[in-house]
Amino acid sequence: MSEKIPVTVLTGYLGAGKTTLLNRILTEPHGKKFAVVVNEFGEVGIDNDLVVGADEEVFEMNNGCICCTVRGDLIRIIEGLMRRKGRFDGIIVETTGLADPAPVAQTFFVDQDVAEKTRLDAVVTVVDAKWLGERLKDAPEARNQIAFADVIILNKIDLVSPDELAAVEAQIRAINPYATLHRTERSAVSLDAVMGRNAFDLDRILDIEPDFLEPGHHHHHSAEIGSVAITVPGDINPDKFMPWINEFTQTHGPDILRCKGILSFMNEPKRFVFQGVHMILDGDLQRDWKPDELRQSKIVFIGRKLDRAMIEKAVEATRA
Amino acid sequence: MSTAPHTSLTAHVMPIDIGEHVLRSGFIGQQPVLALADGQVVFVKEDGLTRTLPHGDAAILVAHIQHDQVLTGGEDGRVIRSLPDGSSSELGHEKGRWIDALTASPTGAMAWSTGKHITARDSKGEMRKREAPSTVQGLAFLPKGYRLAYSHYNGASLWFPNSEATPDSLEWKGSHIDISTSPDGRFVVTSMQENTLHGWRLSDKKDMRMSGYPAKIRSLSWSHDGEWLATSGAEAAVIWPFKDKDGPMGKPPRECGVRPAKITQVAFHPNALVLAIGYEDNCILLCRLTDAAELLVRVPVKGQGSITALAWDKTGKRMVFGTSEGAAGLLTLP
Repeated sequence: MSEKIPVTVLTGYLGAGKTTLLNRILTEPHGKKFAVVVNEFGEVGIDNDLVVGADEEVFEMNNGCICCTVRGDLIRIIEGLMRRKGRFDGIIVETTGLADPAPVAQTFFVDQDVAEKTRLDAVVTVVDAKWLGERLKDAPEARNQIAFADVIILNKIDLVSPDELAAVEAQIRAINPYATLHRTERSAVSLDAVMGRNAFDLDRILDIEPDFLEPGHHHHHSAEIGSVAITVPGDINPDKFMPWINEFTQTHGPDILRCKGILSFMNEPKRFVFQGVHMILDGDLQRDWKPDELRQSKIVFIGRKLDRAMIEKAVEATRA
Repeated sequence: MSTAPHTSLTAHVMPIDIGEHVLRSGFIGQQPVLALADGQVVFVKEDGLTRTLPHGDAAILVAHIQHDQVLTGGEDGRVIRSLPDGSSSELGHEKGRWIDALTASPTGAMAWSTGKHITARDSKGEMRKREAPSTVQGLAFLPKGYRLAYSHYNGASLWFPNSEATPDSLEWKGSHIDISTSPDGRFVVTSMQENTLHGWRLSDKKDMRMSGYPAKIRSLSWSHDGEWLATSGAEAAVIWPFKDKDGPMGKPPRECGVRPAKITQVAFHPNALVLAIGYEDNCILLCRLTDAAELLVRVPVKGQGSITALAWDKTGKRMVFGTSEGAAGLLTLP
């Protein structure tokens, strides 16, 4: 079986610099070819690469899971693209500024045929340093896109003062302290900063270290998007934890955008890692715990209306 | 587990060196034709292969092969008719779009779609356009009259292109992919995203659910007498009875060709109850419905992909097939 084609999802609010980043990726002399799925033609025009127009049609799966939405048009486009091998090295899916990244991401886990041939590499979100503050007030989509991101390109930093930049970074970190953040002018980042991230690869979950700007700078406005991170010393009982995490993500799936964990299961020499998108969970045993490594469990949820006290109590109850 | 087939037809298969993913196969008269994903339409002639590129360097996304023509829709947004003499003509051009679905009726009408937009073209070349409620995934003409069935999100619709009337809608929640109409015009069946089939009896729009598949059902074939519908998507060909008034409702399907590999293509013989079955490991069997006897047509070969195209000629004497890795062959029954 040949290797799966990596897919990068590019999101960002209108005018943030998404198209500039895309054109930059496509023109850099990296020798790679990409198929690009866009929503508007005309802005991207690179002869060497295959550009496909999409309709951003989202539909609900008939599996009783209300947040399990997928992009129907994407399933069809991937099917068409994958019939011809060797035409490209990766697929980039650009979403419109108002799009929710979840249905795009979920398509790569939910559809059997798509999942067999491709793998989601990372969700990259471009953010406008100058206007993010305003967007966060009036556009819930902008907040969603940051919360969902694996990589955040904080763009147009030349248009703001150092203080303004610090303030906007703090706003981003309040929503998503875990994404890799790059500060850019005119979307100038190296290709390897956005591609080949393996953000959904369980083997690449090495550590969960939040990047808070100031210690104790935790925002917990319950109705807003934020994150809850929990560290539990010692071992966890998988027979208690697995039913709980399944139940929790099934019940709160619509509000949980992303989750990730590294767990120390009792009587288990290997680390258990998991990651999830809404209700879709993926987990497996990974490498051995090192002799000098502190056996503890770390879990993070990014989402809406997360009740820290309730989550802490529930996880505490799964301790071995 | 089934036992090994007693008789083999493998000696009667002529391999065809194609080299690219075969999207669809068929016959123009006695001549085998293959439409390839990379954009080629290949005519298999006595003295070799004639390769044509009706879409230039663009890929073919959908193809429909009839007794007198090959219709293809490509990544270039063009709908093209190719003839065995190598000539081709453009029937439609949807600028900057992919052609998502394409079908034709035996009487010369055809239809294609891109996104929500459907174009129906009658035998005289008159075109009618219509916008569906969401992206159209499958197209099929009803056997009688100039009436088109199309599948989309939350159901299917039946449209008389020459009438101003709103299309008749068949509703069922979910994403409907391929669509097929029974030869007697009594039933419409769609395959769905959730690995199920959905059917409607047109007389009263009664719903039929046919489920239990481990994979999407991307190949449907009606028997010549219209009494059976064979389907891919499982490790056996699942064959639903449509003879009675109620169709398959309350009846178990027949199964044949059980092997430890999923079925990707099915094609009923044009005048006998014999089903050609193509698998994901590129094996092909023929299965006789009356006694479940099996004949081996092709032994699976590692690295040659899955069977992606399977078609009989009009007389049922020959069958042409192709795989996702560019293998192909022509079976001539002894």
